[in-house]
Amino acid sequence: MRYVDEFRNPELITKASDEIHRLAGSGRHYRIMEVCGGHTHAIYRFGLKDILPSNIELIHGPGCPVCVLPMGRIDDGLTVATNSNVVFAAFGDMMRVPGTDGSPLEHKARGTDVRIVYSPADALQLARMNPGKHVMFFAIGFETTAPSTALTLMRAKGEGVRNFSVFCNHVTIVPAIRAILDSPDMRLDGFIGPGHVSTVIGCRPYEWIARNEGKPVVTSGFEPLDLLQSIVMLLRQLQAGEARVENQYKRAVPWEGNRAALKAMAEVFQLRPYFEWRGLGFISQSALKIRDEYAEWDAERRFPIPGTRVTDPKAAQCGEVLKGVLKPPQCKLFGKECTPERPIGALMVSTEGSCAAYYNYELRKAAAMVTRIGSVA
Amino acid sequence: MCLAIPGRIVELVPGQAHLRTVEVAGVRRKVDLGLLQDDMPAVGDWVLIHVGFAMTKISEQDAAEQMHLLSMLGETEQAIQEVRGYGLADAGGFSRANTTGIQSGDPLSMNEHLA
Repeated sequence: MRYVDEFRNPELITKASDEIHRLAGSGRHYRIMEVCGGHTHAIYRFGLKDILPSNIELIHGPGCPVCVLPMGRIDDGLTVATNSNVVFAAFGDMMRVPGTDGSPLEHKARGTDVRIVYSPADALQLARMNPGKHVMFFAIGFETTAPSTALTLMRAKGEGVRNFSVFCNHVTIVPAIRAILDSPDMRLDGFIGPGHVSTVIGCRPYEWIARNEGKPVVTSGFEPLDLLQSIVMLLRQLQAGEARVENQYKRAVPWEGNRAALKAMAEVFQLRPYFEWRGLGFISQSALKIRDEYAEWDAERRFPIPGTRVTDPKAAQCGEVLKGVLKPPQCKLFGKECTPERPIGALMVSTEGSCAAYYNYELRKAAAMVTRIGSVA
Repeated sequence: MCLAIPGRIVELVPGQAHLRTVEVAGVRRKVDLGLLQDDMPAVGDWVLIHVGFAMTKISEQDAAEQMHLLSMLGETEQAIQEVRGYGLADAGGFSRANTTGIQSGDPLSMNEHLA
């Protein structure tokens, strides 16, 4: 349990918290979704749920790119690396994600050339440094990360680096929000909009949520005060019966987004007609594929891809947790068969996964309790 | 993944117009500024970095607050490890911090709790 005075600006946080309690006082039950996994992580880390009144329910959205990636795509990427003697390069948070036949890390132990990179630019650099090998960058991420992959592909083409390709699993956030709003089991009052995705796409793409669905959206920073202020802004709109997009994260999010980033994405990528999302099924126009002009750097065209489709283990309820229908501890495997040390699904592996966030939060709460009991005794 | 790391541009990189040397918590690495080419920041400016690319310019005040935020989130070690890894300086490293999602410096990380 975090105490308010452990945060910076405790007076402002208390003020925001008081305002939330005042606005929410009506007894109406509010269901607010935070879309972005980074916000989920922050909410748990800061223990914000303990500050909020009980009639405000925060529902975790699908904004965790590792979590929504179907297992079959990991299998496909690893198959390419294993069968075609290709270097599998990916970010660290991909390394322990379970595939059908083991995670990338486990494949590495069995001889597949798997490398961590911290930037798509470094995957390209690996290719430049190893002309005798082919380096395949396993790209994941929403619009925050896609522009960097796009620029990297532009640089690879510009330089004529032929031993490099991208296995592209970039997804776009708005169709996922649309799918959740279309879902019959989901009733939501408003959204805490993504932080860093919005740095790229701006605030305009959320206007249809307000206009067509009548739900307010507030794009938020990641500090405790940012999140609490965003909730104040949402509650004010809801009380007044308004539905608009507002930008709480003005210091990093321009309303119009980042033109150079959007331009790079448009140059290199186009939308797939549809793409499978773990938990949400097939969603149309929700993922990026590499354009024909960059076909030579598209791993899906350079290498035979099995097109594996894998259903999640029956007992694991990753899909329902991803949609926000279930809370992490409501999954039958949570904390028992599925823990961060032995994850069954990606929500327990990724730092942005709601299961990992909840699990670590509970650990901290329990440890803090033990410390308090110990100090009182 | 949402990790946004604040850094200060300290130097141009000779022969590479899109790169700058950026300093984060004392660590210097090359970062790609291609996404900010419409309004290129100058040496001395602060930027928010994500996977080796500068995403937006920020004030020095925001940068200090972001660094503090990362420490509140328990992500400082992860952020510094990421920056250290830029340019393949730490290529292939499989330390605890980047494979468990739990920071090994976190006093309440798994192993310490179970010990």
